[in-house]
Order: sequence, then structure tokens, then C-alpha cells
Amino acid sequence: MYRYDEFDAGFVRERVALFRDQVQRRIDGSLTEDEFKPLRLKNGVYLQLHAYMLRVAIPYGTLSSVQLRQLALIGERYDRGYGHLTTRQNIQFNWPKLRDVPDILDLLADVEMHCIQTSGNCIRNVTADHFAGVAADEWIDPRPVCELIRQWSTAHPEFSYLPRKFKIAVTGASHDRAVVKAHDIGLRIVRHPDTGAHGFEVSVGGGLGRTPMIGKVIRDFLPQEELLAYLEAVMRVYNLEGRRDNKYKARIKILVHETGTEALKARIEHEFAQLDGPSINADPEELARIAAYFAPPHYEELPAVSARLEAAKSANPVFADWIDTNGFAHKVAGYRAITISLKGIGEIPGDITSAQMRQVADLADRYSLSEIRVSHNQNLILPNVKNDDLFALWQGLVEAGLATANVGLITDIIACPGLDYCALATARSIPIAQAIAKRFADPARQREIGPLNLNISGCINACGHHHVGQIGILGLEKRGQESYQITLGGDPTEQAAIGEIVGPGLTAEAVPDAIERLVEVYLEARQVGETFIDTFRRIGIGPFKLAFQHNLEGADHVA
Amino acid sequence: MSATKRPPLPVILLANHFLDGEVVFWSGQGWSRNPQEAQTASTQAEADVLEEAGRLAFARAEVVDAALIDVSLSADGQPVPNHFRERFKISGPSVRTDLGKQAEFAKDQAKG
Repeated sequence: MYRYDEFDAGFVRERVALFRDQVQRRIDGSLTEDEFKPLRLKNGVYLQLHAYMLRVAIPYGTLSSVQLRQLALIGERYDRGYGHLTTRQNIQFNWPKLRDVPDILDLLADVEMHCIQTSGNCIRNVTADHFAGVAADEWIDPRPVCELIRQWSTAHPEFSYLPRKFKIAVTGASHDRAVVKAHDIGLRIVRHPDTGAHGFEVSVGGGLGRTPMIGKVIRDFLPQEELLAYLEAVMRVYNLEGRRDNKYKARIKILVHETGTEALKARIEHEFAQLDGPSINADPEELARIAAYFAPPHYEELPAVSARLEAAKSANPVFADWIDTNGFAHKVAGYRAITISLKGIGEIPGDITSAQMRQVADLADRYSLSEIRVSHNQNLILPNVKNDDLFALWQGLVEAGLATANVGLITDIIACPGLDYCALATARSIPIAQAIAKRFADPARQREIGPLNLNISGCINACGHHHVGQIGILGLEKRGQESYQITLGGDPTEQAAIGEIVGPGLTAEAVPDAIERLVEVYLEARQVGETFIDTFRRIGIGPFKLAFQHNLEGADHVA
Repeated sequence: MSATKRPPLPVILLANHFLDGEVVFWSGQGWSRNPQEAQTASTQAEADVLEEAGRLAFARAEVVDAALIDVSLSADGQPVPNHFRERFKISGPSVRTDLGKQAEFAKDQAKG
């Protein structure tokens, strides 16, 4: 893991002191609310429906057990004993008092964490494949690049007042688990077809929100040493030409759309050619210094098949199902990456109590080289577990109430906080997720349905990624009540796609039945080996629309 | 502020406490954390008084996001926001009934 150097540590402490002073000046009246609000937002402090909310950055979703214990302490001492993991691999506390935030920031700084750039019109937390460094299908760990971008973008004077927020994601694997095509800039680490050298495929203008767009590739191959200068060229063009007259048209996706991909690409290339690359690009020594922090840990030489694991699986079918569902192929023989589902049936997606954080930290120390990941799917991952230790780990997770075997299945639902917490929301998300999870609670039925991602957002801003859910649900307000619009066929992977609306909005009560009917259409139509998205692509939305309409007939479901 | 921008009467004044973030209600004497102590304004003149209280408290950095909220009166005379957003705001997360005002003031309501 990356460790702060003297500069990082000093910078973060200075920011805490600065914010402490800003809060004090707001209290004594030296700052007006209009002056103070952007300052608190720069430190991740939002005002939500019931209270302030503090968003803590977890760079590229990597956490140490020490950091997770500190988050547990903060949750317990300054919040209501829990936190909420977000789709940007961050964690949010829902009830902090503004007067306590400077002390919370100091506790975060103690473990090399902060809330900088988790809000505001700047480059936000850089996200990555949550299996970075361990996935069997990965050939380059994207985290050194993420860390380089984090350092370059932190408090970058030119890019601190962008037209709008800016999100970057990186993957180094063949399968995209970081939704890179739905980012302002998406980077896929690729190999040059002729030279074999590493570089990036660069996409721009992806994004969800009220105008969902899939990113357009503007460079098939960018040599890795030229990354920062190229990013600077993109950012500079966006900063100059992105719209500032209308908040809803200010993201780079609108600039790409209005300018045209080819014209914008030419504009960026022109800017890139003007820049003095060597003065911007990272020194190879600095790159090597960063990369050294992400060097693979010492793995034991183990057989690919563990007799102990196989015996435990045979003796305990519930454990076997959990391994098959929540286990992920590791690049080193004898190890697995394990996803800890925070989607217990009827629970709040992404919520974790302080007690559970400590239990996970202890299990990470014992079984996963003290490392934990946060996924954009709002789950936790123990990336380095020996096959021999899996049964003991599972027993520990059962004890913590964290052994739900549903990763990638219909109850592994992404849901934003919605109107239960969020001041921007137009409808609730969490109760919809809970109702659907309860409806599909039977583990055998979930496995029968197979891989299916269902995402829910409580407003058009799409924090719950509903556009890229194979089933997406968007909560809106219609005529004074909550109304839910269902989309189908979204895809967050390398075949990224935006879902299509299947029919009119429904009342909350009607949603589980409608989902059930849509799933039945798939089950009736699927051919051997097909998943939901395969069947959807083969038969199209038509049969789903018909069934959806039929389900509505005679019922008072439309909202 | 022009009266035309106001929600329909009756209204209450709610805000978030500046230092705590907690939802607070104007009681007539000051800010209360208890929704049952919210003062209801039934005339434009009464609403003017609430609005002015919110403006002054904002200027003194006591509260932020002060707003008049249109309500209906329940059988026992308690103001209930007409919009579901504010109903959540004055009770707490519907998925965590152990938290927020719904938990803290439920007993009083039962007594009440």
C-alpha cells in the first residue's frame, strides 16, 4: 500500500488546521455561510436531510486494517456506530456534527486518510478495479497509476475550479470491473500490438446522471510515460471550453457530445502537442518509487488445489455455495480474493457497523495480509486469502453476520442513500432494494437466475448507477408521490451500455412484482448458458415490455 | 421576500442547526429539536414572523437552510408536512427507525 511521505503528511495536517480555523471563523462571524459552504465542501462535508454528512476518500478503494479500525472508531465516537460505502469506493458518515469534523479529520490524518476532493468541481477520488493487483485476468496493477493521478490532481491549482466535478477510473484487466466507460476519463491499461509496451486506451465523456453517455475512445494507445501531459491536455480543453452557463450541461460528456468526438480529439491532440511534456510527466524514478509500494506481497508457494478446502466444501454445502459465489480467481495459485457482501437480505446496501469494521479488520490481519478493498458495488474485499484459510474466514464472517452468498446475483443490489438520507434525492432507494432482496431471498433461486446486476438511484443524478444496471431503477417524484422507472439492458462492463426504459413509472409497492415478471421473461426465454444480459441482447426489450404492460393491466400500479 | 414564493398556509419553519446539523423547528421562543414544539403560522402575518426569525438566525450562524414548510394539522393539532420529503426530514430515515427524531421523540408522542 502507498504510505505518505513527509510532504503528504504535512499537507494533510495543514488542511485539517486550515479547516479547523475556517469553522472557527464561521462561528465567530468572520465568514458568511456563502463563503464557508464551498470551504466545507472542499473538505467533504455536505449538509444532508437530517444532518451533516462526511465523505472520506478511500483512494482506489484500498484500505489497511489499521485504517478500517480508525473508521470504526470514528463511526462509534462521532457518528451513530456505522458508515456507508459508496459507488466511488469511499465511505460516508451520516450524522457527524460540524463542530467535531476537525477532530475527525485529525483522526483520519493519523492513519493517512482525508476528505479532500470528495466534493466540489475538482478531480474526485480516482477509482480502480477492486481486484487490482490480484485478479487472474489482470496483467498490470492500475493502482500505481491511480496514486500518481491522485498526487498530480490533489490541489492542482489549474484544476480546482473546473466547470463541474471530474471522475477518473483505471483498470489493468481484460474484464472491466471499474465501469471505466461511465467516467469523465476512463483508462484501460493496454499493450501496444507491435512493441508490447504498456500504455493506455483513453476514453472521455462517459458519465451517468441526467444525460447518460458511454465514453468515447480518443486514444487507442497512449504511452504510459506521457500520461500526465495527456491528462493535462484533456483537462485544459475541458476547463477552457466546458460549459459554465448551465450546471446540467457542464460535464465533459456534454462538451464531447456538442463538439463531436473527432473535433474534440483534434483539439486535445493540439493542446497536447503544445504542452511541454517533460515538465509535466512524472519522473520515471518517482513512478518507480510509487510502484514499489504496490509490489506484490510475499505469497507462499501453494498447490492450486487445497485438500482442506475441498474437504470443507464437501462437508458444508452452505460454505461451498458461499465460496462459489463470493470467491474470485487470484493470480497466484493457492489464493483467492473474497468479496464480503454488505447486502444481507433486508439490510441496507453498503452499510457496515463499527463492530463489523473491526471484525473485518481482524479477519484481514489474520487471513488477508491486512489489506481490504472497497468495491464500487458497495462491498468489501479481502484480496489475499489462502485456500486453506477459507473455511476459518467464513466462520469468522458468519459470526460477524457478513457471510451472505450473493455477490453478482440479483440481491447484490447497488443503492444510493436516496431520500432516507440525501438532500438531493427525489425518492427512496433503500426500501426498494430491501423489498426486492426479500422477494428473491431464496439462495437457490438467486443462483438459478444467475449473474444479474440490479442498481437503484433515488434521483436523476444516478449515484446508484441505475443506467448501467442490467435492471435499473430510478426513483422520481410524480404528482407528490414516489415513482419508480425501470430500465433494462444496462451494462457496466467493457460492453458498456445504457439501459432502456421498459414502461411507465410504478409505485414502490408494485416494483417487486414487476421485477419478478421481468425475471420470468428471461427465465422462460433463456437458452443454455445464457445470463440475463445475454438473453436480453438476443431477444431485445420487446418481450419484456409486453410482460411489463400485461403486469400493469387492471392494477393501480402506475405512479 | 415576496409572499408569492411562499408555500401555502399553514406553515412551520424548519432549519438545520449550524454546528450540529440537526433538524430544528422554530417554536416561537427559539429553536427546538422536538417537532412537536414547532410553531404553526396560519396567516401571512404569522408566516412573516417565522420568516424573519429564520433570517436572523441564519445571519447569526445559528442555523442553515431555514425554510417555511407547508403542513396540515393532524387530529391532535400536530403539524404534518404535506410533502413526503419533509415528512422524512422531520422523522428520520424510514429504514432506520431507531435513529432520528422518530426514535427520540416517539415516547413523547405516545404520552402526548
